[in-house]
Amino acid sequence: MATHVRKFHGGVHPVDPEKARTRSLAIEDIPAPERVVLALQQHIGAPAKAVVKKGDAVKRGQPVAEAGGFVSVPIHSPVSGKVVEVGTCRHVLGMDVPAVVVENDGEYTNADGVGEAVPGADELTPEEIKNRIRDAGLCGMGGAGFPTHVKLSPPPDKPVDALILNGAECEPALSADHRVMLESAEGVLKGVAYLRRVLERDGKLPATYIGIEDNKPDAIEAMKHARLNVDVECEIVPLHVRYPQGAEKQLIYALLGREVPPQSQRGLPMDVGVVVQNVGTAFAVHEAIDLGTPLIGRVLTIAGDAVGKPANLRVAVGTPVPGLLESRDVAPDAARVIFGGPMMGIAQYTSDLPVTKTTSGILVERGPIEQRFDPCIRCGRCVEVCPMQLVPTRLSVLAEARMYDEMAEWGVIDCIECGCCSYTCPANRPIVHQVKLGKWLLAQAQKKARAQQEKEKQGKGGAA
Amino acid sequence: MTQALHLLADASGDVPYIGAVVVLVLIGIFFGVLLYVGSRVFAVDVDPRIDQIADALSGANCGACGYGGCRAYAEAVVLKGAATNLCAPGGDETCAAVAKIMGVEAEAAEPKVAVVHCKGTRERAASRGSYRGVADCRAAVVPGAGGGEKVCPHGCLGLGTCVAACPFGALVMGPDGLPMVIEQLCTGCGRCVEACPRGIISLHPKSQQTFVLCSSHLKGKAQKEACTIGCIGCRRCVKACPAEAITVTSFRASIDDEKCTNCGTCVEVCPQGIIWSFEKARASYKKPDPKAASACAT
Repeated sequence: MATHVRKFHGGVHPVDPEKARTRSLAIEDIPAPERVVLALQQHIGAPAKAVVKKGDAVKRGQPVAEAGGFVSVPIHSPVSGKVVEVGTCRHVLGMDVPAVVVENDGEYTNADGVGEAVPGADELTPEEIKNRIRDAGLCGMGGAGFPTHVKLSPPPDKPVDALILNGAECEPALSADHRVMLESAEGVLKGVAYLRRVLERDGKLPATYIGIEDNKPDAIEAMKHARLNVDVECEIVPLHVRYPQGAEKQLIYALLGREVPPQSQRGLPMDVGVVVQNVGTAFAVHEAIDLGTPLIGRVLTIAGDAVGKPANLRVAVGTPVPGLLESRDVAPDAARVIFGGPMMGIAQYTSDLPVTKTTSGILVERGPIEQRFDPCIRCGRCVEVCPMQLVPTRLSVLAEARMYDEMAEWGVIDCIECGCCSYTCPANRPIVHQVKLGKWLLAQAQKKARAQQEKEKQGKGGAA
Repeated sequence: MTQALHLLADASGDVPYIGAVVVLVLIGIFFGVLLYVGSRVFAVDVDPRIDQIADALSGANCGACGYGGCRAYAEAVVLKGAATNLCAPGGDETCAAVAKIMGVEAEAAEPKVAVVHCKGTRERAASRGSYRGVADCRAAVVPGAGGGEKVCPHGCLGLGTCVAACPFGALVMGPDGLPMVIEQLCTGCGRCVEACPRGIISLHPKSQQTFVLCSSHLKGKAQKEACTIGCIGCRRCVKACPAEAITVTSFRASIDDEKCTNCGTCVEVCPQGIIWSFEKARASYKKPDPKAASACAT
């Protein structure tokens, strides 16, 4: 039992006219386009390595790239057809990444084993389930894209006794997870059952909680109803509506009262015996094992004040976004495209990016957005709302003074970049951007120092 | 002792404070001797040349020499035998002074100046949107910030991180959105080179006057779409150069300062007009007509 349901520190309640527009829209299936662009870096960790070359024929569900390391996942083709290019495409973070372009022949010929349930799914050992999840290319579908099998492999000294399903969907505007829970509740629970089996330890299944913000009562009902049909022992917990309720550390604290060590101590949920998975990921686990389909499609929300017809779509991974926006009645004065939600999403210079495994939403907004930064007036609102209990005002002022080393002393590394401080700032200061800059410069400096050390070591070795 | 003091006080008679003066003088002498002995016994040998060199250096603490400030460099010269001609801001004079203190012959180091290798002004470089983040070039290239407004992924971001980094005020942001180096003020310390996240600023000897003012590695077509003046790697300059000083690596020409004779042949043949001769540019530079300027102002 989650006996100490409590609130996490801080947080905000963003104005959210968009969610009301998107929450009632049923998921539409969008057929795969003529060409899919499969970025090889869709997850956190090492990029996948292409295993096909130009001219190769591929089938639906066939891997086009293999995992580039332990913290990496393979990428599969969502269509059958021919590889027309192994080149690059733009990544949501702004750099160019390698990509495989597949031309769709419209046949959707399945590769071996795709579309069929894994034989003997009930008897699979935890290790077999985990391998299956890895081979299906699963990574966290909430946004960060951490490879799922890595989360499911806690080291022996960190026993996991709780599994949390993240159905908070606290980002404004997005309702993809909401719709998945409504329309595929049983699938989600079946996925949860597999996740539980992987985390079984000494014959004990982990306590399982499904956290859903209570602005989605229909999703809570749907999950409770599905529990009658699927035999999974879990508790469905309504959560306070407060951003960032769906952030891993905040969710764990709210549900279990356990505090995950911050990033500067390399803290992970497994340090406090918890694994958190997105509901979309759980559904993908169900698809991978019960339907034999690797992660080749996902549900995403298209919204924003410049979108005439918002929608929740199930699209193939690799679908170019401009094609998706075509039929959505986008206003001609649309000024910016954001990948992700309005709080943590990343504004793009162009919409010409492919959908990846982590694209939870695409927002198109009107502009221009007035962006004048004023001096910090030390009102402290950012301190009140910071869910990591940092002092964003200090970080912001230090960044402005270019005192990046001091930012480290003020815990810049622990920031989860949720954006509550920037949202609440009356002076309109770009605090999150300043934090990102501080983190990046610190990382650069560390890299440089390491390189210097290596060099000195080598120099000494050479002299000896 | 007390008896002696009493005697002293008695002896002083009319001058009652004489005893106190004597006592304080005695204490002073005692500690003076103690300090003298201490400073002799525990003396640390410091090479006086370190202080002399530190005084002779420019005092800018710019780090151009590769050490953490002027004093660190002075120590390195004396103790580690670092070269005497590394102080870029000080120039020849300082180098000669340092060499004199060290008793070695001054090796002339040619002074260097910073050159910004991008000419993609707002008119020339294609834009793909507007950047509204923190006004720092490094903030524009942070993962997630998208990499600036220009289509060219190697071009100047124009947010002035180099200008802020220059300790000598030798960089100013031009009206065209590109930083300009004021050669008279530039000491070649290299702070701007370090600050530029795009790596488009480099140091060249002052006598070098011919530069490829583009840093882009884009291929021909992509380059032409990104900027009207970018290097497309056509190799015409390579063929034309009589001194064989130009090489093209991944679609970008670069000039070897040591081989270049500043003859200007490459400037003539470059179809993109991205190889510039500063000498010629200076010769053809006309001072703006003050009359025209005043007409503008009104």
